[in-house]
Amino acid sequence: MKLNFRKLASTVILLFCSIAFLLPFIWMLSTSFKIEADVFKYPIEWIPSRWNALENYKQVWFGDQPFYLYYWNSIKVAVLTTILSVVVSSLAAYGFSKVRFPAGRWLFLIVLATYMVPPQASLVPQFILYRQIGLFDSHFGLILLGSFSVLGTFMLRQFFMGIHHDFIDAAKIDGAGHWRIFWRIALPIVKPAVATYAILRFIWTWNDYQNPLIFLRTDALYTIQLAMQKFTTINGEFYSLIMAAAVSAILPLLIVFILGQKHVIDGIALGGVKG
Amino acid sequence: MASADTKRLTAVDRKKKNKIEKNENLAGLLFVSPMLLGVSVIVLFPIVATFILAFADWKFVVSIDQLKWVGFANFSALLQDEKFIMSIINNALFIFTVPVTMIFSLILAVIIDKNVYLKSYFKVAFFMPYISSVVAIAVVWQVLFHPSAGPINQVLMSFGIDNPPTWISDPEFALLSVAIIHIWISIGFNLIVYIAGLQSIPKELYEAAEMDGANAWYKFRNITFPLISPTSFFLLITGVIATFKVFDLIAVLTQGGPLNRTTMLVWHLYEMAFLNLEIGYASAIAVVLFLFVFTITILQWFGQKKWVNY
Repeated sequence: MKLNFRKLASTVILLFCSIAFLLPFIWMLSTSFKIEADVFKYPIEWIPSRWNALENYKQVWFGDQPFYLYYWNSIKVAVLTTILSVVVSSLAAYGFSKVRFPAGRWLFLIVLATYMVPPQASLVPQFILYRQIGLFDSHFGLILLGSFSVLGTFMLRQFFMGIHHDFIDAAKIDGAGHWRIFWRIALPIVKPAVATYAILRFIWTWNDYQNPLIFLRTDALYTIQLAMQKFTTINGEFYSLIMAAAVSAILPLLIVFILGQKHVIDGIALGGVKG
Repeated sequence: MASADTKRLTAVDRKKKNKIEKNENLAGLLFVSPMLLGVSVIVLFPIVATFILAFADWKFVVSIDQLKWVGFANFSALLQDEKFIMSIINNALFIFTVPVTMIFSLILAVIIDKNVYLKSYFKVAFFMPYISSVVAIAVVWQVLFHPSAGPINQVLMSFGIDNPPTWISDPEFALLSVAIIHIWISIGFNLIVYIAGLQSIPKELYEAAEMDGANAWYKFRNITFPLISPTSFFLLITGVIATFKVFDLIAVLTQGGPLNRTTMLVWHLYEMAFLNLEIGYASAIAVVLFLFVFTITILQWFGQKKWVNY
């Protein structure tokens, strides 16, 4: 009984800490509902006295920089990057773990070594290359940039390695080729890991600011992050509008995260512990 | 007769085995080739090109035949470049965010792991900044840090602090402001990894210590802390590498200013390459960046065995 009381007390204290930690989000949400004149009122009005939510969000979504367009761009880029990346990484992960071929070990080391390269160190030649081969300023180019993930390959390989070789050999004796084993047996077994990686890749791509900034130029191709930055520059002092835009940029991800929270948190934990 | 039979059999077997091996080779290459091709074109080839371009003087706007080879001139120019030096200093200072984040995260992890209800709520709550868009977060903090009217300074002023710092526009406080936001973002990741690490410590150790009458601090000091050291080491290394990649926060909040107090290697590289169009010079910065991250990674490989209690 005594123990439970202590547990309850620390829960309450930590609850207050977590609310303090989340105050920037709460402030953002509440400000996005306000009229501009009330934004900096002090003491802070956590629940707006004068509501302007509909107007603010309408301005963000259907105003001069219509967010619905940038949303569509972001969804397109994030979904296609996720699909391509999952396909490429799971194929490679299977090849590196379940096909026993002599070159495999060396090739895997080469792929792994590229993980040491900070992405910014190869940015300039990437940019020149993209200009040369016409991938600059296109969604396709942006999608390719995010589709060859060493991390994803490494992560899925760990899971494929958990499948016993006897299992694969038994399928081979029954006459199945590697493609069928991959598609019918191995991939379904590691489905949870694929889901985890897919959610993480989606989040990372949605939030990416640097690659769109460098590899896109045309306004109509902008992703939500670029649009957010541009919206802020144009609407400088209209903080209620800017907060409505920020809420719009964060919300879809929050939904993806909350729906898949177990996958995300387990994935991060696993990656972390295994190193 | 019998021996000739076995011989024939082994010959057939060998042929079969060779065929299987050949198939395995082909299958293996087919499975890994998309990844291999992508990594070669998008990472390997560019990083080699970075090292070559670092020895050239070339601007984006002129054609490639005006490229001049200048030896180590770019690197010696870096040493005279005040902004580059500031970038190195700021990068070095920014490393301090890593231990600070780790201390906060470990304390939270110990509490959440054993002593509270609503565990999964707390995990999600503290993880939220990590999955949120850095651009949106940076914009929110920019308004929170607003010098005169921002909520943070209004609170400070109501507590009687008449001249609160102007945060991101104040040369003395700009880097600290960025650091605070970076720590706030990183706690979630560190926390989740620490909780996973704590769960792998055998419960019997704590039970044994309790039987000997050990208090909470003793248990933390002598069981938790040493046994969590592999996790700490991992977080330290990934955390330090992550500080070298900070770009979004700088690009949105400060653009390296005021007075170069928040410029960092990646930002300087971006400015030189994409605003000043100095390809060779930017590549030299990229080489320095690469060498820093490479050295830290090598330290990780060798350090893991030496410094960590398993």
